[in-house]
Amino acid sequence: MKGLLLRDLRLAIRAGGGFGLGLAFFLIVTVLMPFGIGPETGIITAVAPGILWVGALLACLLSLDRIFALDWEDGSLELLATSPLPLEALAGVKALAHWLTTGLPLVAAAPVLAVLLNLPVPGFGWLIASLAVGTPALSAIGTFGAALTVGVKRGGLLLSLLVLPLYVPTLLFGAEVARRGAQGLDALTPLALLAGISLLALAAMPFAAAAALRVNLR
Amino acid sequence: MSIWEYANPRKFMATSGALLPWVSALAAILVVGGLVWGFFFTPDDFRMGSSVKVIYIHVPTAIMGSSAWFMMLVTSLIWLIRRHHVSALAAKAAAPVGMVFTLIGLITGAIWGQPMWGTWWEWDPRLTAFLVLFLFYLGYMALWEAIENPDAAADLTSVLCLVGTVFAVISRYALVFWNQGLHQGASLSLDPEQNVADVFAYPLWTCIIGFLFLFLALVLYRTRTEIRARRLRALIQRERMA
Repeated sequence: MKGLLLRDLRLAIRAGGGFGLGLAFFLIVTVLMPFGIGPETGIITAVAPGILWVGALLACLLSLDRIFALDWEDGSLELLATSPLPLEALAGVKALAHWLTTGLPLVAAAPVLAVLLNLPVPGFGWLIASLAVGTPALSAIGTFGAALTVGVKRGGLLLSLLVLPLYVPTLLFGAEVARRGAQGLDALTPLALLAGISLLALAAMPFAAAAALRVNLR
Repeated sequence: MSIWEYANPRKFMATSGALLPWVSALAAILVVGGLVWGFFFTPDDFRMGSSVKVIYIHVPTAIMGSSAWFMMLVTSLIWLIRRHHVSALAAKAAAPVGMVFTLIGLITGAIWGQPMWGTWWEWDPRLTAFLVLFLFYLGYMALWEAIENPDAAADLTSVLCLVGTVFAVISRYALVFWNQGLHQGASLSLDPEQNVADVFAYPLWTCIIGFLFLFLALVLYRTRTEIRARRLRALIQRERMA
């Protein structure tokens, strides 16, 4: 399990751009948003938590189809499926590797971008907390979507159509935490609910992903 | 005599073929009757005027739009557990019908909302949850189209249906947390105090039952088409092998 995780991390970092790409995408989306909205600082500050959350979500989405596609193409997914490691654990490790290479850098980069968007200072802690708690759910749900579409050629668009509706509750609570934090309101309740969704996704999604993988490998 | 007999496509085709004209006729009579009754023989509401008449399309389609998803959930479960092909095909057949009902519910809601709330769209929990349900239908149908092997497609869409149901329900309640809405509560309930007045309720119930039969007829038609398409494909494959 550890070996698989290390292998995935190494592949993600070394194999041309997967690692930094999501981060760069996040940066570009956040920089482009004010161009679309207009330069008024007040409006940008008001929508900053939403922009950051949607940006993080899209950056996550961008790298989802790489979770299984490369292993599927070169046949290593079949080897992994025949190894003693259960498929559920495989899906869990894949989700973890995706989170470490995509979610964690996003959490680290978010405060820097929040400065660009004039997010009020008390909101920073809440923003980081919401992303740190919420992005694992994005990775876990995304792994399920990737498992569903692994057999489909050029499944990227289909993948986003399947996964984005599943992201609704996570995005909703995550952005709510960041928004309330920025306004100085109590953000603990949505944070707890966000954590609940994350835990549910982490507990249930590997099983759904494994079921989908089994069908695709049949 | 058990319901599982209809897992046999031949038996299903025979029974559904015999039932279909009756179901279609009943649907036509009830829908047309209910709508005519509602449109021309009920008084205008004292606050909403004649725009209240949208209710006779809006409520039944909205009910069927969400019920169709639950029918797909049940048939998906039957497919996953007992591997009856008719069940998987029924789920496939119900998806576009449910999607169209959901869309009609959304559009009639917008048409009703414009004069009443002064806006076509409001980010209200009920409205938004329905929009999300519509997106789920789109994803589900796209997945059916994308996968060539019919058994794998049935399996994957069934898993998606199960996961989607969980997330659709979570979204529904998350949205209540997110925004209190404009939409009124239930129009029909067992509590007579909350209920709409009888003059409106009787034609409304007629329409709801009519749309239920309409849904049933459409799903039966589409399931039969799917079964025939499956047979045809098997025949073509057999020809090629020979």
